[in-house]
Amino acid sequence: MSDRLAVAKTYKLYIGGKFPRSESGRVYRVNDAKGGFLANAPQGSRKDLREAVTAARKAFPGWSGATAYNRGQVLYRIAEMLEGRREQFVAEVTSAEGVPGKRAQALVDQAIDRWVWYAGWTDKLATVLGAANPVAGPYFSFTVPEPTGVVGVLAPQDSSLLGLVSTVAPVIAAGNTAVVVASRERPLPAISLSEVLGTSDLPGGVVNLVTGNAVELAPWLAAHADVNAVDLVGAPEILGAELERAAAGTVKRVFGAGRAGQEPDWTRPPGMERLRAFLEHKTVWHPQGV
Amino acid sequence: MSETPFEYAPAPESADIANLRPAYQMFVDGKFVDGAGEPMKTVNPATEEVLAEVSTAAASDVDRAVRAARRAYDRVWSRMPGAERAKYLFRIARLVQERSRELAVLETLDNGKPIRESRDADLPTVAAHFFHHAGWADKLDYAGYGPDPQPLGVAAQVIPWNFPLLMLAWKIAPALACGNTVVLKPAETTPLTALVFAEICQQAELPPGVVNIVTGAGEVGAELVAHDGVDKVAFTGSTEVGKQIQRALAGTGRRLGLELGGKAANIVFDDAPLDQAVEGVVNGIFFNQGHVCCAGSRLLVQESVAEELVSRLRDRIGTLRIGDPLDKNTDVGAINSRAQLDRITELADSGDAEGASRWTSPCPVPERGYFFAPTVFSDVQQSMRIAREEIFGPVLSVLTFRTPEEAIAKANNTPYGLSAGIWTEKGSRILWAASRVRAGVVWANTFNRFDPTAPFGGYQESGFGREGGRAGLEAYLNV
Repeated sequence: MSDRLAVAKTYKLYIGGKFPRSESGRVYRVNDAKGGFLANAPQGSRKDLREAVTAARKAFPGWSGATAYNRGQVLYRIAEMLEGRREQFVAEVTSAEGVPGKRAQALVDQAIDRWVWYAGWTDKLATVLGAANPVAGPYFSFTVPEPTGVVGVLAPQDSSLLGLVSTVAPVIAAGNTAVVVASRERPLPAISLSEVLGTSDLPGGVVNLVTGNAVELAPWLAAHADVNAVDLVGAPEILGAELERAAAGTVKRVFGAGRAGQEPDWTRPPGMERLRAFLEHKTVWHPQGV
Repeated sequence: MSETPFEYAPAPESADIANLRPAYQMFVDGKFVDGAGEPMKTVNPATEEVLAEVSTAAASDVDRAVRAARRAYDRVWSRMPGAERAKYLFRIARLVQERSRELAVLETLDNGKPIRESRDADLPTVAAHFFHHAGWADKLDYAGYGPDPQPLGVAAQVIPWNFPLLMLAWKIAPALACGNTVVLKPAETTPLTALVFAEICQQAELPPGVVNIVTGAGEVGAELVAHDGVDKVAFTGSTEVGKQIQRALAGTGRRLGLELGGKAANIVFDDAPLDQAVEGVVNGIFFNQGHVCCAGSRLLVQESVAEELVSRLRDRIGTLRIGDPLDKNTDVGAINSRAQLDRITELADSGDAEGASRWTSPCPVPERGYFFAPTVFSDVQQSMRIAREEIFGPVLSVLTFRTPEEAIAKANNTPYGLSAGIWTEKGSRILWAASRVRAGVVWANTFNRFDPTAPFGGYQESGFGREGGRAGLEAYLNV
């Protein structure tokens, strides 16, 4: 056994490509599954969340305007870097979720593979979801999917990495930018993921990650006028209806309406549900003639 | 040179074709019944005369209709092979075509829209919508939502008064094709064509309870969308009411589709074909008296051609004939109700108060009935109410821009996002602008085109979900 003292990491938020502390100065204790101390995580505030929304909005034109091929490459690069940190994530998932090492390994592998799966979707969405519309008249009419905008993701509370990846990857694969509220009890894999994103080619602001208490943060996210959609999978179940009512104030798209906080089995193939949830259809018409 | 004065010769369609009856009943479980609500009178907005008395629903009637729809769903409609559902929808499409003149005249009487529009736009599109969706009923496996996609159940549908029968078709055709049953509430001021449609359902021998029509005002709609027995709510109407419905459904897990208001920008670049643009702008705002959620109510014109375009617009608008909706020459018909006329008047007055310059078409306006002469405001600033709020009437606000980037920024400076227009001869500019406007439907060098194969719906506060095309099926499938 080495008697070298390990260098402990300070965990921070991830906003606009930078790693700030919470403006509130607050932190909270993160334990492993057995209750032992792991680290202090920043307890994000309403103001941190608003900064994150601003950063996400600022990043939206660039990310949604990038070519689908480019977005696919950027996402695939993230998978490459996740693979390089595989051991770190296995250790973090093990202590966060209290699962045996073998199980954690399988979850991390699946998270990386899922990221690859979504990376490959970017340049197929328009083919699969778009259409040339055979209208009854001398017009060319086509329909293309476009990203909804800024998406607020209340990340799963239980599945610290696979669930997180399964909610964030489809949002950005479709060209949206994201404000993610990480699992309160299990935020460390999320923070490590943000460090991967920060050192990848993903433009700053495309994913913004705030750790803290979803009970405190979710209502602000659901009510924020510059957020276009929310995923309620990690929302406190008891707040579900209240969050949906808040979302109605600006006609937000709500994923998981009526089933806030209910996590699916993340190991099952996800299908296109989350991709479709954060896409709009745009129909364009032009006359034909000489 | 002497001018030959031609006297105006009206070409009225006969109101008799509508087979108007003194009283109409609701349609529940395959039968026409009197609701327990206070009967209401529906008025011809062009004459302010009562057309007919219509029975209305009480809460108990809404409940009965939802139960009937549930029974029909469980016992008949959800079990029926898609190919059989298809044949019912094809029958309905044909019956609509057969009775289209009657329905067009009735629509014009009840709504006030010109017969030319109800005859040439509304009714053909209604039939097309049923025809298109009929074919989907047995092909849902190929719609891209995985094998054997399932219906949702009972759909509660609430529609507006601007395209009464067309909105009914947009709601009922996809719902039935996907295997759902429906309870639909037409608008308070325009219930008649929906009730004749119920007769068509009988003629098509549609199983009882598959389509139910309940009538009444907003509270009946509120009762319907909040009913525990419905699985899906579809609403077309104002953003304000859409938000109320979204709030009311919070936490229920019921599926919701909203098609709400708009404040579309119609962008005219300096290289646009101006004669075509003038026709498109006029169609964009005066079609259906401007009672169109996707109306091009904000004209954004490049500064260098603004003066010329506005002058040509005034010339053209001055030739629009406003008056008897049954006259085949009429371009702009009646405003649907006194309440809507008041709202248009109030918003237009705010344009004066906030410093915009009003121009009103000099065309003669009938003395009786609800009419509002085509109006154009220039010198409009983005902060003015007439540039921000949906007027839902024949009022156009003109704003200018200098660069294409400015045009896009102004077009997108709204919480709405339903539609947009682009006028330019340059193909690359069309595609550039079309990809940047945040709107669900973009018309380039044309405006107000609708087709059952082309998905329609909004971004942002103009709602969510699509109607029409493959994308529209998602709204009625459990996928």
